[in-house]
Amino acid sequence: MSDHEYVPASKFGKWFNDRLPLLSLASHLTDYPTPKNLNYWWTFGGILTFCLITQIVTGLTLAMHYIAHADLAFESVEHIMRDVNYGWLIRYIHANGASMFFLAVYIHIFRSLFYGSYKSPREIIWIIGIIIYLLMMAAAFMGYVLPWGQMSFWGATVITNLFSAIPLVGEGIVNWLWGGYSVDNPTLTRFFTLHYLIPFLILGLVVLHIWALHIPGNNNPVGIDVKKPSKDTVPFHPYIVIKDAFALLMFVIVFAFFVFYSPNILGHADNYIEANPMVTPAHIVPEWYLLPFYAILRSVPDKLMGVVAMLSAILILAALPWLDTSKIRSAVFRPLYKQFYWILVVDVLVLGYVGAMPAEGLYLLIARVATAYYFIHFLIILPVLGFKEKTIPLPLSITEPVLGGMPMASAVKKKESLN
Amino acid sequence: MSEKKPERREFLFTASYAVGAVGVGAVVWPLVDQMNPDASVKALASTEVDISAVQSGKSITVLWRGKPVFIKRRTPDEIAEAKAVKMEDLKDPEKDEDRAKNPEWLVMVGVCTHLGCVPLNDKGDYNGWFCPCHGSHYDTSGRIRKGPAPLNMEVPKYEFVNSNTIKIG
Repeated sequence: MSDHEYVPASKFGKWFNDRLPLLSLASHLTDYPTPKNLNYWWTFGGILTFCLITQIVTGLTLAMHYIAHADLAFESVEHIMRDVNYGWLIRYIHANGASMFFLAVYIHIFRSLFYGSYKSPREIIWIIGIIIYLLMMAAAFMGYVLPWGQMSFWGATVITNLFSAIPLVGEGIVNWLWGGYSVDNPTLTRFFTLHYLIPFLILGLVVLHIWALHIPGNNNPVGIDVKKPSKDTVPFHPYIVIKDAFALLMFVIVFAFFVFYSPNILGHADNYIEANPMVTPAHIVPEWYLLPFYAILRSVPDKLMGVVAMLSAILILAALPWLDTSKIRSAVFRPLYKQFYWILVVDVLVLGYVGAMPAEGLYLLIARVATAYYFIHFLIILPVLGFKEKTIPLPLSITEPVLGGMPMASAVKKKESLN
Repeated sequence: MSEKKPERREFLFTASYAVGAVGVGAVVWPLVDQMNPDASVKALASTEVDISAVQSGKSITVLWRGKPVFIKRRTPDEIAEAKAVKMEDLKDPEKDEDRAKNPEWLVMVGVCTHLGCVPLNDKGDYNGWFCPCHGSHYDTSGRIRKGPAPLNMEVPKYEFVNSNTIKIG
């Protein structure tokens, strides 16, 4: 695994390491060569690990007090909030932690998109990442159902009904998912079980994600391969560890702001009303992190095609390494891609905004245009751009632009002309 | 001998895989089927409703299999409106006579066929129901007229036990 043979200093260490090479693994992780030009956008991997562990720890403690039963769930959540020691804190960390997790994962994904981290030889890292993202959405959705409020109930109803769009077997599948003829107690208990399971699946995939990362090593802002051995890299510990720790501290400040000053701002007031199968809230909205996909679902007037469009919007990401035909990774050296990248960012934000608005009039029109553009970006612009775009010459090594400051295209250009 | 042996071995492999697949299937099926509606859920399959108090033009909502069922006593105007609709104007063509055995009483599952919300009474462009979730409009016969829902609201199996009681299911 490691580039060099590690030999433990102590006799016992050597004895143990010969039988189970944990110390070799630890040595690999601390010495892992990391490109020295990584910027703060690269700290979100560590932040995401923190988020996952936070969700698991707070989730485990909440599960000690929560009761997964349609008649008791809502009250047990209020019991956690009012009676359990620090229950309010643990629940607010868990609920806002989900939002923070998605905030970090979106930054992590868009970092990859900007710097081309999904390209060869990192396709498997990327695809594992997309699977983790899908599992995160499943876990978040099922977790939102557990308090058994009005948004829980109707969110569960709407999302599970997506499967009824499947021809012929749709209704059977939905009844199977529900364990009945509507969302009810059997649905709640199985959602609790799966909500408990998924974080551990994610944990396993995170190990694979990091393992796959450690084969080619990190991408970097310049997007060219590091030369080994060279001065292009620094050991993971202490250089990256301390940088990640500082970024994590900044992130935790934002996290704490939500937990302590506006713990309910990212939720919906309707979820403090107990689930009622007879009355649908006037305006059903999913959590903010699912809004862009919700907008895509609603922008298609046909039920089945709406569901297909929504799923494709997510699954198309898995094909990204092959849809993007450009060999240049970093957007720094792709002047056209850089512009289309920012248009995509705005497009997704617009989708998120209209997803929160009623699906009518101008909002619907905007949602349709933004949905069309989303698919055009991935299916037409990216494949064509690889052939048409005139890219800026790459530096010879990552050390070159590091010594001259940030990898700015203009700086590289100037050097070219000097040479 | 060298000619015969590989064939024998291949047969054994194929047979083993086949038996193994049946075994795996037999183990997996109970694990999958346990999620289907259980006996206690199925046992709640029918419910009787007293409709004597429902005034003309009003409707009541009852819970059946965890879902709301609308029982609407329609006015002559509403019946006439439902009957006047041309079949070619409908997304899911169905005659009003086929949906309401007794035209005065419309009984249907109050669940939008799009994504399962409960539509609101006396709303929408067709004087029937309107689903607030994604904007589907239903007419006075509960048929889909506008919006993303693909089908009319479902008419459950029901019968009049006597003139004041309906049995749903």
